Amino acid sequence: MAQLTSRSPLARFQPGRALVLLVAALYFLVPMGASIWFSISDNNGIGFQAYTGLLGAEGFTDSLWLTLKLALATVLVLLLLLVPAMIAARLGSPRLRTALEILCTLPLVVPPVALTAGMIGVLRWGPDYLMDTPFFQTFVFIQQPEFPIVLVLAYVLMALPLAYRALDAGLRSVDVRTLVEAARNCGASWPRSVFTVILPNLRGALLNAGFLTLALVLGEFTAASILGYQPFPVWIYAVGNSQGQMSVAVSVLSLLITWVLLLLLAAAGRERRHKPAHS
Amino acid sequence: MTTAPTPVPTPAATEKLSGGHGVSGTATPAPGSHAKRRAPRGGSWLATLPLFVFFAIAFGLPAVAIAIGAFTVSNDAETGAGTFTTANLSDSVSGAYWTALVSSVKLSAITALIGTLVGLPIAQAVVTSRFRMLREAVLTASGVLANFGGLPLAFAFVATLGNAGELTKLFHLTDHGWTLYSFTGLTVAYLYFLIPLMVLTITPALDGLRVQWREAAQNNRATSLQYWRHVALPILLPSLLGGFVLLFGSAFAAYATAAAMVGATVPLISRQIADALSGNVLVGQGNLALALSLDMIIVAVLVMAVYLPLQRRSARWLS
Repeated sequence: MAQLTSRSPLARFQPGRALVLLVAALYFLVPMGASIWFSISDNNGIGFQAYTGLLGAEGFTDSLWLTLKLALATVLVLLLLLVPAMIAARLGSPRLRTALEILCTLPLVVPPVALTAGMIGVLRWGPDYLMDTPFFQTFVFIQQPEFPIVLVLAYVLMALPLAYRALDAGLRSVDVRTLVEAARNCGASWPRSVFTVILPNLRGALLNAGFLTLALVLGEFTAASILGYQPFPVWIYAVGNSQGQMSVAVSVLSLLITWVLLLLLAAAGRERRHKPAHS
Repeated sequence: MTTAPTPVPTPAATEKLSGGHGVSGTATPAPGSHAKRRAPRGGSWLATLPLFVFFAIAFGLPAVAIAIGAFTVSNDAETGAGTFTTANLSDSVSGAYWTALVSSVKLSAITALIGTLVGLPIAQAVVTSRFRMLREAVLTASGVLANFGGLPLAFAFVATLGNAGELTKLFHLTDHGWTLYSFTGLTVAYLYFLIPLMVLTITPALDGLRVQWREAAQNNRATSLQYWRHVALPILLPSLLGGFVLLFGSAFAAYATAAAMVGATVPLISRQIADALSGNVLVGQGNLALALSLDMIIVAVLVMAVYLPLQRRSARWLS
C-alpha cells in the first residue's frame, strides 16, 4: 500500500518522539491510574465497594435508563433529520450545501450554557403569555420529567456540528451522484437507490456520527443540570457530594467504556475498508 | 491553486500518495444526460425541510428569546416589565460579571495557547509512529476526552490532585501551596481535554504534509529545523491558528469541569449564567442571564469569524 511506503523513511526510532510520547502518556495516564486507585483504596487496603455498590445505589438505574432513552432519541432524530438533508444537498444545488454547512456550524457559536439560557427564556413564555392557549400544553409536554423532550432538542443541536463533520467525511469518499445515477439507470426507485446503494456505503460514517452523538449525550451535564433533570452525568455529580469514591469510579468507568467502544468501532471500520482491497 | 506565499514545492507537481478518494469529482457523466436524471428540483429542498424547520424552532426560538430578553426589563421587576432597556447588558459587563468574563477569556486564552503548543508535538509523534495501534488508540482516546470529557474529568482530577487526591497525598503537594481549586488547577484540568482536541484537529493537517516535501527539502540539504521553519510550519500555520481558536472556543464554553471542580473560587462567565438562571440574582434581574449569554455568544461569534476562514485556507492546501 502507498501508506506503507510513505511511512517507512520516517519510521525509524527517534529519541525525541519517544520522549514526547512518554511525557504525554504520563500526563494522561497518571490521573486515570490515580483515580482508579482512589476508587478502590480504603482505610484497610483495597475494596471494591464503589463498584459493587453501584447497581444498588439510589438513582443509578433510573438516571442511566433516562440517559440511554435520551441518547437513543437524540441519535434517531439527528440521523433522520441530517442524513436525508445531506444526501439531498449532495445531489442538489451547491447553494443548498452551503446553507446546510452554515446551519450545522451555527450551534458552535452558542455555548451550551447560552443555549440553555435561551431555552429557559422560551419556556418562560409558556406561563407568562400562553397560559390559555394550546401551546401551553406543548410546553408542559416537552418538559415532562419522565422524558424531557426539551433535552433531546438541546442535544440534537449540540451534536449537529459533530455529526455533520462525521457524515461529511463519509460523503466525501462516496460519489453520491454517480452512484444514484447508476442505480437509477438500472431501474431502481429513489428510495431503493438511497437505501440499498447510498446508505450501505455510508455505514462507517453513520456509525461514527451516531456514536459521537451517543458519547456526547452520555457525558452532557450543562443543559440537564441547569434545566433541573437528573440523567446520568447529573447523578454522578449529585452522588459525588456524599460518596466521592463512587463518583470517581463511575467517571473512570464511563470514560473507559466509551473509549473501548470507539476503538472497536474504528477496528470494525478498518476491516470493512480493507476487505474489498484484498478480494 | 493560488501562488504559494512561501517557498514550498507546488502540490500540483506531486502525485497524491494515498490512494482512494481521487475519483470523486472527476467522474462527471456526459452533460445533458444527467440533467433529467437528477432528483426532481423540489425534491432536494423537500428533504432538507425537516432539518430547517427543526432548526428554526429549537435554535431560532432560543436565539430570539436571548435577543429579546437581553434588551428588555425582566418580568419580575417592579415596573416597566417588557420595556426596552440596555441596563441588562451594561450590568452584564460590570462588576463581578465583568471579572468573570475577563477571567473566562484569560483562562481560555492561556489553556488554548498551551494546548496548541503541546498538542502539535504529540500529534506529530503519533502520526509518524510505526505502530498503527498507537495511532488508533490515541485518536479514539482523544475523541473521548475532547467530546465526552467534562464532568468525569473533573472527578478524575479531584481524585488525583484534589485536597485528598492520591498525588497530593503522595507528594504532600498542599504543603507546597498547591491547590486544585484555583486558576492554575483549572488550567491543568482544562488541558486534559484541550490537548486531545488539538491532537484531533491537527492530525489531518499533519497527515496532509507530503513525504515528498520533506524529501525535497532534504535533497536540497535542508536540516530538519529548516524543513520545519520554511516548509512545514508555514503550511500548518492556518491549521494551527484554527486549532488555537477552536481550543479557545471549547475552553470558553466549558461549564461542567469548572462547576464540578472549583465551585465558585474561580469566577467564570458560564458559571455566572448558570447561577443567574437558578435565580441567584437580585430581584428584577431575571434577564441578566440572557444578557450574559449574549456576551458569551458575541465572544464565540468573534472566535468563529476567525476560525472559519482559517479552516478554509488550510483545507485548500491540505486536501
